[in-house]
Amino acid sequence: MVGAIKVEGVVKRFPQQDAEDIVALSGIDLTVAAGEFVSLIGPSGCGKSTLLRLIAGLNGADEGNLYIDGEKISKPSYERGLVFQNPMLFPWLNVHDNVAFGLKARRKYKHNKAEVDKFIDLVGLSTFHKSYPHQLSGGMAQRASLARALVNHPKVLLLDEPLGALDAFTRMNMQDELIRIWQERQTTMIMVTHDVDEAVYLSDRVIVMTPRPAKIESYIEVTLPRPRARNNPEFLSLRSKILEILNFVGRVEEPNYYL
Amino acid sequence: MKKTLNTWLPVLSVILAIAVDILVANASKHTPAAQPYFIYLLAIILTVFTVSAIASYFNAKAKVWLEERTLFVAAAVLFLNVLNIATKKLGLLPVIYFPSLDKVLGVIVEDRAFLAVCLATSGKLLSTGYVFGAIAGFATGIAVGFSKGAAYWINPLIRILGPIPPTAWIPIVLISFPTTFSASAFLIALSVWFPTTVMTSSGILNVQNAYFEVSSTLGAGKYYQIFKVGVPASMPHMFIGLFNGTCASFITLMTAEMIGVKNGIGWYINWQKEMMAYANVYAGLIIIAVTFSLLITLLFKLRDYALVWQKGVIKW
Repeated sequence: MVGAIKVEGVVKRFPQQDAEDIVALSGIDLTVAAGEFVSLIGPSGCGKSTLLRLIAGLNGADEGNLYIDGEKISKPSYERGLVFQNPMLFPWLNVHDNVAFGLKARRKYKHNKAEVDKFIDLVGLSTFHKSYPHQLSGGMAQRASLARALVNHPKVLLLDEPLGALDAFTRMNMQDELIRIWQERQTTMIMVTHDVDEAVYLSDRVIVMTPRPAKIESYIEVTLPRPRARNNPEFLSLRSKILEILNFVGRVEEPNYYL
Repeated sequence: MKKTLNTWLPVLSVILAIAVDILVANASKHTPAAQPYFIYLLAIILTVFTVSAIASYFNAKAKVWLEERTLFVAAAVLFLNVLNIATKKLGLLPVIYFPSLDKVLGVIVEDRAFLAVCLATSGKLLSTGYVFGAIAGFATGIAVGFSKGAAYWINPLIRILGPIPPTAWIPIVLISFPTTFSASAFLIALSVWFPTTVMTSSGILNVQNAYFEVSSTLGAGKYYQIFKVGVPASMPHMFIGLFNGTCASFITLMTAEMIGVKNGIGWYINWQKEMMAYANVYAGLIIIAVTFSLLITLLFKLRDYALVWQKGVIKW
């Protein structure tokens, strides 16, 4: 098994012109096992997307190091596929060519043409090979962008709120799809999400982050067997536990205004 | 009733024009043309629109085609009719500057061999300058868009040289190039180069960074990113640059031919103007209008082909 990620004492600051630096990550330690499905959850500004970008190699850490299978991460690589909330399909390429992009860029297309079709089938877009992105619905576009990342056989798939822009039903379908793909491919998955249900439903482990200081608050193991039921009492108790950590439960604030 | 009238409107307009041309006496001021070319033109229009009017009763496609044109064609023919009355029939306008339509059309028919030579010469000059200008424009635009170093050195150059109308260089260019052809080609290239460069580089700078990020996580190297992400993503901008460049190149071509070059359609117009042969001037203008409009249409077709993926995203 490959695709183990190790994050050691990572600090990331964003310098501001007239103010103090914004500390996006203050000392993060995290280990993700090969083949694990991990969710990063937390309110806006807790640095979860920043952490994902550092793992992808799109930004460098100010302090600390990141490793994949013991190797230091210094720049982006096809081994760490990234899927954004916005599918970011190349609008000038049709679905087939979008999915083939990685193979062509790496000069592996000639011998792996069948792979492209395989992954398009895997995400259920077989009849949309020739469609351009503007002809796809939001869910279909996101499937295509998943296929585009998967065709490279990444060791790790980084998902930055991949289902955030989808409606509730499409979203639940896509969650099942993600689980199916994950079980089939055994790729390590690290997903950023705002949705507690989604995190509990999908992950082996939920990592709760807090802003100011931006760091990891706690790790929550989800040991429920799959396929998981969203109305299982244990599911609900894990859900409320996370909400408690995030400070959203039982907090009744006196309104400071009166009608 | 109204629909029937609409269908036959161009035909009616043409018949009216023919009747006027045949029945009304000519003003004696105009020298007669060798052939009644205006009648010939009207006859062609009459045939086309009679056939399509009849076809429109059986064929849906022909009906749509006709409906889109009927009013405009009828009005255009009416305009020609009025023009014919004002010139040939009544002689209301100065005869030397406003020759009869027969004369103007006559030049196109009788002088066609020489006009074709002129058009070919212009075409050679235009295409030479255009190709070099467009290639240079793409190259500069891509360099400026992707390389900070290139942007640092080239941007000031673009800012200073760009806004100068290419024709303002004529005095210098004519003495620094060995032939007027190369001088004019250079001017045309310059006029295409500027808008193409500016729009290409701005197109590249406006490409969402996320596209480059995605491509880098997919394993694309630097050059692959430039040519497979940056260039296609900025293609819509490039076409706007090319369009502006095309219009600028027409202006430069005409000016260059009227000032320095001793051949070509612009030169023809200028030469005929000096000979006070205004029928030839109009003939030249008509040929220019038709050619340039065809070239622009061609560019738009090319754009539609290259930017199929854009349908529904941006319209212009």
